Amino acid sequence: MAAPDIVMYEEEFNQIKQIISKLRVDANAKVVFLVDKNGQQIAAHGEIENLDTTSLASLTAGNVAATDGLARLIGEKEFSILFHEGERDNIHISIVAQRVILVVIFDERSSLGLVRLRVKKASQELNDVFSRIMSKVEREKQAAGTAFESPFAEITDEDIDSLFSE
Amino acid sequence: MTFINYASREINCKIVYYGPGLCGKTTNLQWIYDKTNPGAKGKLISLATETDRTLFFDFLPLELGTVRGFKTRFHLYTVPGQVFYDASRKLILKGVDGVIFVADSQVERMDANVESLENLMVNLKTQGYDLLSIPYVLQLNKRDLPNVASVEEMTRLLLHKNPHEPVIEAVAMKGTGVFETLKGVAKLVLSELTKAG
Repeated sequence: MAAPDIVMYEEEFNQIKQIISKLRVDANAKVVFLVDKNGQQIAAHGEIENLDTTSLASLTAGNVAATDGLARLIGEKEFSILFHEGERDNIHISIVAQRVILVVIFDERSSLGLVRLRVKKASQELNDVFSRIMSKVEREKQAAGTAFESPFAEITDEDIDSLFSE
Repeated sequence: MTFINYASREINCKIVYYGPGLCGKTTNLQWIYDKTNPGAKGKLISLATETDRTLFFDFLPLELGTVRGFKTRFHLYTVPGQVFYDASRKLILKGVDGVIFVADSQVERMDANVESLENLMVNLKTQGYDLLSIPYVLQLNKRDLPNVASVEEMTRLLLHKNPHEPVIEAVAMKGTGVFETLKGVAKLVLSELTKAG
């Protein structure tokens, strides 16, 4: 396996949710969400009722991946911040803890300066949470030796067949 | 890289459809999209050129149901098949859990199949994966066309791995073999989780 799997636990998940909901208020943003670099949504907060967050997550990750590729082509490590400006809404994208993407959508009620300022602070907090998660995963793996307890250890063929039964 | 969320009891897996240009990767996804009930799928996103050639990727999120109390989501991606989009293909393989190789059964496309498979191996390696150990299903598409290579011939050319791997004959335009292929890879990916860690 190339990189360790992300495993999200209840405690850290709640901390993440708190951080992004606070960020939304502080930055006066419409939506804040967190995606991993592979396009999986981790958490979302704000006016997401009419938003296709799954597609948003996938396209954001594609966007970041393409921009990363561009960065390397010109000899940069990464572009850590991307900003897309629209007529009404804007999107601010930044990389947190080297592996997750923080997305803030905001309109004229906020400003790029305010968003950048608040994102910076929230990023540090998220950094801490993610390093705790990674060390927790490591610890659990070591504690359990090679037999890391997976909830899927007993999946049977029938379980999988039943997913496709319809 | 499977993403397991214990808090919301969800598991997300990423499946990539790979293969040479015009082999039917997008057609596979389109069929799955058309035949899945609306509650189980998200939007099909297609980043394509004006002539409907895939430019970056197609994306289809699927919710299959629950396994052991965990909601199981599959994110299906296709890569652009055309040779010169290699940089994009590399990006899409990031974090992949399972690969479906869609091969074009027409005799004149055999070279393209082999080239694309070799490209897949190289690109997987740059992401730190090995084709020999990642869940992998071979789909032989377009079996309804008159000038197809035999299954034995194609298997010999395109199956470098152990003989247990699923090889599925398909006609993606008509849906034949499409769900069997997806099920084959889903099974491999989920059973990979049973030995996680």
